[in-house]
Amino acid sequence: MALESTFKKEMIINVGPQHPSTHGVLRLVMTLDGEIIKDTKPVIGYLHRGMEKLAESRNYFQYLPMVDRIDYLSSFFCSAAFCYAVESIAGIKVPKRAEYIRLITMEFNRITSHLMWLAAFLLDLGATTPMFYAFREREDIVKLFEDLTGQRMMYNFYTFGGVKKDLPEGWMTKALDLCKLMPKMFDEYEAIITKNPIFMERTKGVGVLTQKMATDYAITGANIRGSGIDFDLRKTNPYSVYDEIEFNTHLSQNSDSYDRYMVRIAEMRESVKIIEQALKQIPGGTPEKLKVKSVNCGCKNEDCEFCGFDAQLVGKKLNAAVFKPPAGEAISMIEAPRGIITCYVVSDGTNKPSRVKWRTPSFSSVQVLPELIKGKNYSDLMPIFGSLDVVLPEVDR
Amino acid sequence: MYDIYLEIFNKLGIPTIFAEITWPVIPFIFVAILLILVVIFLVLMERKVLAWLTVRKGPNRVGPFGFFQTIADAIKLLCKEDIMSKDTNKILFTLAPMIVFAPIMVIYGLMPFTEKFVAINLAAGLFLVFALSSITTVGIVLAGWASNNKYSLLGGMRSAAQAISYEIPLVIAVLSIAVLAGTLNLSDIVVAQSGGVSDGVFLSWNVFSWNIIPAFIGFVVFFICSIAEVNRIPFDLPEAESELVSGYNTEYSGMKFALFFLAEYAAMFIMSVLIVTLFLGGYLSPFSDYLSVILFQNIIHSQAILDIFMHIEQGFWLIAKTYFVIFIIIWIRATLPRLRADQLMSFAWKFLLPLSLVNLTIVAVFKYFVTLMNG
Repeated sequence: MALESTFKKEMIINVGPQHPSTHGVLRLVMTLDGEIIKDTKPVIGYLHRGMEKLAESRNYFQYLPMVDRIDYLSSFFCSAAFCYAVESIAGIKVPKRAEYIRLITMEFNRITSHLMWLAAFLLDLGATTPMFYAFREREDIVKLFEDLTGQRMMYNFYTFGGVKKDLPEGWMTKALDLCKLMPKMFDEYEAIITKNPIFMERTKGVGVLTQKMATDYAITGANIRGSGIDFDLRKTNPYSVYDEIEFNTHLSQNSDSYDRYMVRIAEMRESVKIIEQALKQIPGGTPEKLKVKSVNCGCKNEDCEFCGFDAQLVGKKLNAAVFKPPAGEAISMIEAPRGIITCYVVSDGTNKPSRVKWRTPSFSSVQVLPELIKGKNYSDLMPIFGSLDVVLPEVDR
Repeated sequence: MYDIYLEIFNKLGIPTIFAEITWPVIPFIFVAILLILVVIFLVLMERKVLAWLTVRKGPNRVGPFGFFQTIADAIKLLCKEDIMSKDTNKILFTLAPMIVFAPIMVIYGLMPFTEKFVAINLAAGLFLVFALSSITTVGIVLAGWASNNKYSLLGGMRSAAQAISYEIPLVIAVLSIAVLAGTLNLSDIVVAQSGGVSDGVFLSWNVFSWNIIPAFIGFVVFFICSIAEVNRIPFDLPEAESELVSGYNTEYSGMKFALFFLAEYAAMFIMSVLIVTLFLGGYLSPFSDYLSVILFQNIIHSQAILDIFMHIEQGFWLIAKTYFVIFIIIWIRATLPRLRADQLMSFAWKFLLPLSLVNLTIVAVFKYFVTLMNG
């Protein structure tokens, strides 16, 4: 009896919830034969905060700051998803200037999120230096966010119908300077990582996410583009003002961890281009100029460049206490750094949402993990799991 | 020296047998002090260099430039509670750090730091170095097994597999040095590297007779293998942080952990000394003669003082070369990610082993022609 258990060939190992490389509090119950992974069972829910239920006992404006906490690495995206859903129920139009500010902040947020991913991914593979490089640039962007919103992580910046504040003075120049600097920094990362033989050895041909698997598990975002499926909501179903901006989506064909890395690096470069364009095209131009012009203009014309609707920050001033969208339902989808965030809001005409449902991309990515990792070496856990870019609060909500 | 030592014992009226017993211990006391000083400096250097390479500042609060940071850390580790979880094998758990640490200390005694500063000058010193350095692996496997922790066990097993694979190319690379020098005595290996190629101005420089020139491939193989031997990135699988939490030393705390830590850095230093001794001319100056001899021989006529200067300079050259090698090892740590266990194995067996054999052949042919030319 006792002997039998001693001679068992397989070993059950419990990775997490507190483990240096599970990116939060994921627990993986793994069956190992030597170092070969026979079976994996992800256990989630260690960071469950009841985001969906909490919405039902709060009014729309009270729930808005909580939405940021769904994914702390890309707060703007969750916020945007909820705002778009509520706006479409209530029929609020968003001014162009607000949309551009949303777009700029979202794209900057995409870069910070990808940089954070890069740092964690390379650290998981044992390379320490890229982490510090990535954090150096992330810090610059986070400082911009701090100037704009007063926060470094949970911005609470968007509101129904627009954004809460205009860009501060000098912010656009700083942002443009940063956009000029960024590509050089990406070159620096690529110099140390992309052609690194050990990195290539670890990631090439590892964690192949076939197209069928990707669609079966409803993987979205950079992961599916790494598998060669051209699906980017910014292109196929442009929300915000993405239709006014020229950009490319980057595809890769080998669907392994290395390709997912390449796609994310390319996406960061593309984001920089998007921000540069948006900063040039923003209606009303710099806030300093806009302030002077709108005072001097005073024409009250709807389509005036400086005091018209599109130069405003909020489409319609809402009273937080009495804001009651009409009964109805709406769904909004946002291309977040990790994939498509879907927010489904049902309103019953009161000031509290009747139901809010979130569909988050990392949840699918965690589901596909056992299949990707089966039969692989235990060390392959890091390049595979890391490249999927999972963030746990988003899985648990 | 021994006479003076015996004299002291006689004067104090202690039987000479005590002098005979304690005499061999004295070098080890020096070696132990040296080891601890070296490790304290090395840890600080690693943190500073890594900080510099990763755009940080590194320790800069305790003492000037953070000089006393490692000492503060050491005191912290000494004061920590020694935790031992319930189901550990208590004897082996305690024994493991000692088994890891003790052989490395003995290797320190074997190293020719200068011409005279060799605690144990053995005819088969080179052989003993590798025999001893293999013992540390036993300690790591024991630590992994006795901890009763699955991560530790995996770390210990990886360490065993890694040590077996990497010691073979390592030893074959060293074999080429034995062929070149014709001896296994470490001091003689250093002496064999002096003299240059002929009597010219530059040609008589010691640099040209260093073993690295005929055995360059061997140097590369040895360098890679010694990084693997001391479990550093990219070969730090036994303690792969992101995979195995902390590998074989997950369950260790306090002084037991400190012993592992000490052993790791001491091993890194001693491997660098070994690289310098075997391939880079050890304590020899790279020029035709010691600088102190060249500069002062016309000024100072006392041979004894000149000798002291020479010894200091030998120590300087050894330390300088060693820290250069260590700097490269730290640089590699900052640059490369970690290999996977099976890639590590195939790299050792399919790449390094044939390469080391090629090196041995080249060196043997080289040596044959050199002896032929010299008659």
